[in-house]
Amino acid sequence: MSTPVPRNKVAQWIEYRLPVFSWMNHNLTDFPEPKNLNYWWNFGSLAGIMLVWQIVTGIVLAMHYTPHVDMAFDSVERIMREVEWGWLMRYAHMNGGSMFFAVVYIHIFRGLYYGSYKSPREILWWLGIVLLFLMMGAAFTGYVLPWGQMSFWAATVITNLFSAIPWIGGGVVEWLWGGFGVDNPLLNRFYALHYLLPFIIVGVVILHIWALHHRRSNNPLGIDIKSAKDTIPFHPYYTIRDMFGMGAMLFVLFVFVFFVPNMLGETINYVEANPLQTPSHIVPEWYFLPYYAILRAIPDKLGGVIAMLVSILVLFILPWLDTSKVRSARFRPIYKQLFWVFLADCIVLGWVGAQPAEGVYIVISRICTAYYFAHFLIIMPILGKLERPRPLPESIHEAVLKKRGPAQPAAAMEKH
Amino acid sequence: MRRLIAAASAALVLGLAGLTPAAFAATEGGALPHTDFPHVGIFGKYDQPALKRGLQVYREVCAACHGLKYIAFRNLVALGLGNDEAKAIAEGYQIPDGPNDEGEMFERPGRLSDHFPNPFANEKAARASNNGANPPDLSLVTKGRDGHEGYIYAILTGYEEPPADFALGEGMAYNKYFPGHQIAMPPPLSDGQVTYEDGTEASVANMAHDVVTFMAWAAEPELEERKAVGLKVLIFIGLLTAVLYAINVRVWSRVT
Ligand code: HEC
Ligand code: HEM
Repeated sequence: MSTPVPRNKVAQWIEYRLPVFSWMNHNLTDFPEPKNLNYWWNFGSLAGIMLVWQIVTGIVLAMHYTPHVDMAFDSVERIMREVEWGWLMRYAHMNGGSMFFAVVYIHIFRGLYYGSYKSPREILWWLGIVLLFLMMGAAFTGYVLPWGQMSFWAATVITNLFSAIPWIGGGVVEWLWGGFGVDNPLLNRFYALHYLLPFIIVGVVILHIWALHHRRSNNPLGIDIKSAKDTIPFHPYYTIRDMFGMGAMLFVLFVFVFFVPNMLGETINYVEANPLQTPSHIVPEWYFLPYYAILRAIPDKLGGVIAMLVSILVLFILPWLDTSKVRSARFRPIYKQLFWVFLADCIVLGWVGAQPAEGVYIVISRICTAYYFAHFLIIMPILGKLERPRPLPESIHEAVLKKRGPAQPAAAMEKH
Repeated sequence: MRRLIAAASAALVLGLAGLTPAAFAATEGGALPHTDFPHVGIFGKYDQPALKRGLQVYREVCAACHGLKYIAFRNLVALGLGNDEAKAIAEGYQIPDGPNDEGEMFERPGRLSDHFPNPFANEKAARASNNGANPPDLSLVTKGRDGHEGYIYAILTGYEEPPADFALGEGMAYNKYFPGHQIAMPPPLSDGQVTYEDGTEASVANMAHDVVTFMAWAAEPELEERKAVGLKVLIFIGLLTAVLYAINVRVWSRVT
């Protein structure tokens, strides 16, 4: 399809000076996508929607929130009780954070399954990992803001991790605190960072999508687009599908927001921060639990911090650790099994991260941590060499035709 | 798609199962004795008469030691009190205010816009009169303790003679459900302690149930509105999603 000239005079005037209309047409309307994407490809757009969701609800909260240790907790309760629809904004933001992570984790595992990190999408993948790091920063700084018991003690535990840095650790921690403990200076800077990070995320998302549109989407077959027959314009096919996805996601989110708004939170965060009283156990939000398990699996503090960081950093070199010539797990009989083993390993890590660090839980966390790293550092390089992939289809178009039969409607798109 | 929906709904059902108080029922003293509060379920509402009775128990018993700082007297209208009744309750409290034009601090009768005051001037004073412990503000306790309503009810009714080998501190009480069992709050309720206007028997069990219901309201005054709005929102978004799905199927049926 060619770029249409806008018919409207005003639009023409604008287009001549700043070609927004052809830009939108190129990137949103006519943009060619593989025609065989399944519903797992919805989760990228869902992540974008959640980012907007967090920014909108967050700015409303920021208009009523007070970042001071003596007033923060009260100001959040004021939002819940006195501000018109304040409870809705607060629960929407609180559970929105969880929804955001859920969606992004599914998005990442989609990439792992279909080999979306492999050439030529390495930089796209890297930008995704940068986004994960930034999100973790945003979520952690945000969690400190209501200044409940878990806010305070999570901030204490996590900032104390920096003391593991040899020689300068103690100084770094005091510098982070802006004093000799978690107190008002820390709350102030976390608030500043919590407001800043989401906008940095917006910037990186733009780069992420730039890289995506340059090399196009991967697809469930993991083969390249060969001709126009393999593609379909973004609009209306994927616009409508993304809108449906948004409806489904919001349904789930609203179940939490309206009916079980505190299910994912910690009860004790409804007790105001008290530096003199340590809670009986300190646990992070569910989306940090696997990393927390890895941290505690290593007996040495510095070792634990390094393992935790490397557990994400290793994703940066995954495109080279994976030696397989084939992208999609659909054509990799053994990887297809091991993918699920790896997913199960991550879930067990998350579960054990919520248990006290004692007895059998330590053993489980060590086994799962070892397997986590083995998956990337041993299994991926060797498997790619040993495994014999199943034959790839000629083209997307052919595979779609074969599966569907010429007269059938597009019913079973996502089956594999 | 069908698999995705199945997985999502399974997760949702499991998740919702997790919200019943039974899931939290196991605490220090074993199973909690009473967790069946009508407002807890998905569509549950506050028991209005119990709320009013609970307010009475709070005012006549607990307020001697516990504040309720997030509740303003005007909020009591939500319990079915008239404006005048709420005003009368407010005027029964002396609220510190000032400084006045002479620069003096003073006390005046409460107004609708005031919040329930704390009975002690500060934490030190509270600890001095309570065997070293600080009676927590009650406006968030049901939300801020594992076990929630069921746990608070258990604390109020869980006073017992200590086992023979238990070393109970001077002036402390033994409570089956309190962590560590030694609690600085003396048994707050005894049969017939208040006189209910509606004729309900003022047993310890009834008073505990009522005051816990009242504290749950104090913690989540928005609960009923939240569930009611939530139902409408879910119906709307459910229908919208179904329509979008139908359009989606239709649009994609053109693709070959
Ligand atoms: C004589 C003063 C006094 C009265 C009256 C009193 N309390 Fe307490 N309450 C305390 C003290 C002191 C504590 C702190 C106990 C401790 O930490 O050992 C406490 C603690 C509590 C707790 C927190 C338990 C926990 O797990 O931390 C609750 C809930 C509570 N009281 C509810 C009530 C209710 C409801 C009433 C009225 C029926 C009431 N109290 C009447 C003094 C009192
Ligand atoms: C990447 C997007 C974001 C994430 C993942 C995120 C996450 C969080 C989390 C987990 C909390 C704690 C919720 C609680 O327990 O109460 C929080 C609180 C908060 N956030 Fe965000 N947030 C994001 C964006 C924003 C933005 C853009 C703003 C405003 C500019 C904002 C403002 C606030 C405020 C004021 C609070 C404290 C009030 C409260 O605790 O409810 N957030 N955020």
